[in-house]
Amino acid sequence: MSNMYLDNIIDLYKNPLNQGTLEAPSVTYRAYSPVCGDDITLDLIIRDGKISDVRHRGVGCAISQASISLLTEEIKNQSTDKVLRMKPDHVVKLLGIELGPVRLKCALLGLEAIHEAIGKYHSLAPLKGGIILRTSL
Amino acid sequence: MIDQKKIKADFPILKKKNNGQRLVYLDSANTSLTPRQVVEKMDEYYEVYNANIHRAVYPLGERATFEYEAAREKIRRFIGAKSSKEIIFTRNATESINLVAQTWGRQHLGRGDAIVLSIMEHHSNIVPWQLLQKEKGFHIHYLSLSKEGRLNMEAYQRVIQNKNIKLVSLIHQSNVLGTLNDAKSLTELAHKRGIAVLIDGAQSVPHRKVDLKKIKADFFVFTGHKMLGPTGIGVLYGREELLQDMPPFLGGGDMIRSVGIEGSTWNDPPYKFEAGTPNIAGAIGLGAAVDYLENIGMKKVQEHEQKLLEYALKKMKAIPEINIIGPENAQNRGAVIAFNFAEVHPHDVATILGEQGICVRAGNHCAQPLLDYLKVPASLRVSFYLYNTEDDIDRLIEGLRLVKKTFHVEP
Repeated sequence: MSNMYLDNIIDLYKNPLNQGTLEAPSVTYRAYSPVCGDDITLDLIIRDGKISDVRHRGVGCAISQASISLLTEEIKNQSTDKVLRMKPDHVVKLLGIELGPVRLKCALLGLEAIHEAIGKYHSLAPLKGGIILRTSL
Repeated sequence: MIDQKKIKADFPILKKKNNGQRLVYLDSANTSLTPRQVVEKMDEYYEVYNANIHRAVYPLGERATFEYEAAREKIRRFIGAKSSKEIIFTRNATESINLVAQTWGRQHLGRGDAIVLSIMEHHSNIVPWQLLQKEKGFHIHYLSLSKEGRLNMEAYQRVIQNKNIKLVSLIHQSNVLGTLNDAKSLTELAHKRGIAVLIDGAQSVPHRKVDLKKIKADFFVFTGHKMLGPTGIGVLYGREELLQDMPPFLGGGDMIRSVGIEGSTWNDPPYKFEAGTPNIAGAIGLGAAVDYLENIGMKKVQEHEQKLLEYALKKMKAIPEINIIGPENAQNRGAVIAFNFAEVHPHDVATILGEQGICVRAGNHCAQPLLDYLKVPASLRVSFYLYNTEDDIDRLIEGLRLVKKTFHVEP
């Protein structure tokens, strides 16, 4: 057996971190993988260029669910700039498991969703800050 | 009975260890394994008579053309087509459907018209029509299914009464549910109303005797790589009268009669639809796959798979964590079983099985509308072919135990 299904991965799958919805998110983003049907919806609250809170919901395999749990923990209170610089390697390191190219996609869906969500927020946010836009799917 | 020892000897991949274990390949509905006879026949093209077809006049070119056309003739006979002019080589079943949509469809479908598909279609029989629909503005009607996952024939009969229906395009055997649709009756009923019929045989041709003299569809598509052949070669059967009237698909060499600066005239079918140098080795390899299947006999292939299907359904129904999607009895269906295992995501199940040398498919099987309709986000799927044995199914059941253990599934 490879070490893909370490107990911490299974634990996170069964007891995910930061799962749910936020009352008034700055941005909501849904990422979907047409290949496996993994489906992640993210709510982010962004204040002064920092991610002050985050929640996720949806369905996915143990790898994608563990990955989004760990990532949402990681990005809290971090600047969006820093989060945007986060690389795939970092996700693999967070998970601490070996992944082939096919399963790597599952692990990276969460990071992709976070990056897209921040991108969407920046494209929607007014140039002079202050107003928080609520966006739907 | 199929001589399993002989079969195993023909598939070198089955002798190789997979993660240290004997390979259990249960994903033939995705792509089938390839016997050495097919590989050797393709090698022969490259090593003995590697030349272009229909243009090289030296002996190598004659031989290549002969073998390519012999493969076409084998396929014609295999599916019971009248003429080899009706057999067009494409890249795969997907390209075959796109060809029909972009030629026949473009010519015959317009605003106010409608076509009939079913909710169990593979993406390859949905998206080409949606692409054309954007341009031409016709309506697409999707047939619903019975609770058991079979086509609703009453609804079908009702729908085809509509005068605006120009085409029915349906899957012969579902790649998810395994359901076998009655292509002969579906075609007969449509023809009575003057409606053209396309049948997608990608999942049926590899596994049972298909006879177009009985089915009588206007178009019939399938692919090589699901029937022991190589990837990158597929077939479109088209009724000759229709092919004659259809405009070309792609333009280029071999599909023309004459080319002038002012315009060109087209070659006859099937060449009109085979522009450029085709997949010569692939077509010849597909011919060898047909030889291989005919040597065993399609009846035997089907009987073997039917036995495996019955065995697998019995074993799987006895496991409470397994939830089968589609008909649970073995009648009128192919050797394909979609299922879910407890609350474990199909990708995780497939990964843990894969680590034990057991190959199964997980995901939406390129049939997202069907899974949405069934309200299943994703599923597992096992599919059998002539090289599978009851032992493979036992290994699957055994392998699922490790999934249960890894995910601490409570009984």
